[in-house]
Amino acid sequence: MATEAKVDPMDQFTIEPLAGTANWEIAGYNIAFTNSALWMLITTVVLTLFVAGGLKRQLVPGRWQMTVESFTGFIDDMLAANIGKAGRKYVPYVFSLFMFILFANLLGLLPLGLVGVHPFTFTSHFTVTGVLAIMSFAIVLVVGFWRHGLHFFSLFVPHGTPLPMIPLIAFIEFFSFMIRPFSLGLRLFVAMMAGHVLLEILSSFVIDSGNAGLGWGLVIGLPSLLLMIAIGALELLVAGIQAYVFALLTSLYINDAENLH
Amino acid sequence: MDMEAAKLIGAGLAAIGAGMAAIGVGNVFGSFLESALRNPGAADSQQGRLFIGFAAAELLGLLAFLVAVILIFVA
Repeated sequence: MATEAKVDPMDQFTIEPLAGTANWEIAGYNIAFTNSALWMLITTVVLTLFVAGGLKRQLVPGRWQMTVESFTGFIDDMLAANIGKAGRKYVPYVFSLFMFILFANLLGLLPLGLVGVHPFTFTSHFTVTGVLAIMSFAIVLVVGFWRHGLHFFSLFVPHGTPLPMIPLIAFIEFFSFMIRPFSLGLRLFVAMMAGHVLLEILSSFVIDSGNAGLGWGLVIGLPSLLLMIAIGALELLVAGIQAYVFALLTSLYINDAENLH
Repeated sequence: MDMEAAKLIGAGLAAIGAGMAAIGVGNVFGSFLESALRNPGAADSQQGRLFIGFAAAELLGLLAFLVAVILIFVA
């Protein structure tokens, strides 16, 4: 038993430079092309092809155009509902954000292992989701201070707070405001990482029980395989939900900046 | 107690938080479904708030998972 290799579920998240790290330096920073960058490139290409395929202007849309228009209409409605008329100028950013995260999550779940390719979910790294969250938070700060100047700080003192409580309430509100980018990035990162870790551990059950004999394989391996199928379906749902929640919370935070409460 | 053993026990205890998150998320969706059955016309307009509530409950549960992961792999 001691000679069995332990399956490390975290191995699937290692960043690998695809062409070595030797000649990829600019100004002292290593910019090697990694598997994470490759999948970001693949996501961008697939997304561009998807949207470009739907950019027809038929009055009665075909299926592809209908799909692209339902995504854009969905984001348009969400921004109009959460921000109001001023929300229209954020549609390009929020749409790009939503579709990028959605396609990233979904492409990481593709069963390409059957043909020997290992899909990589680059949103399962806090570095990536943290940067996306910082972008959203930066837009919130810039919009807030551009439109309202220093009056933006009235966001931390809700209407009708009694005077003695203002210091405490303002401190708590400030803290919960500053934690927003962290929670935004963390939510997407942990959801993606947890899903893939779970799938890898279940697959290790299937393989190890299969190797241990037919009896073990049927008792443990088969239910694990069925559970993997169910969890795979759940992961597809979670991929969509996490992308939607990221975009929804971004639009809510932008609403806080545009229309202070 | 051995440091490695203590870390793994701590990670196991942190997983209790994941169970509590399950109760929280179920609470959010359960309330939504119950009230949607009473007032189906108003259900679709509140869908956005449903997902905001879900995201908040899920995040706190994922924080428990994060603590477990930090204990196993970082600390």
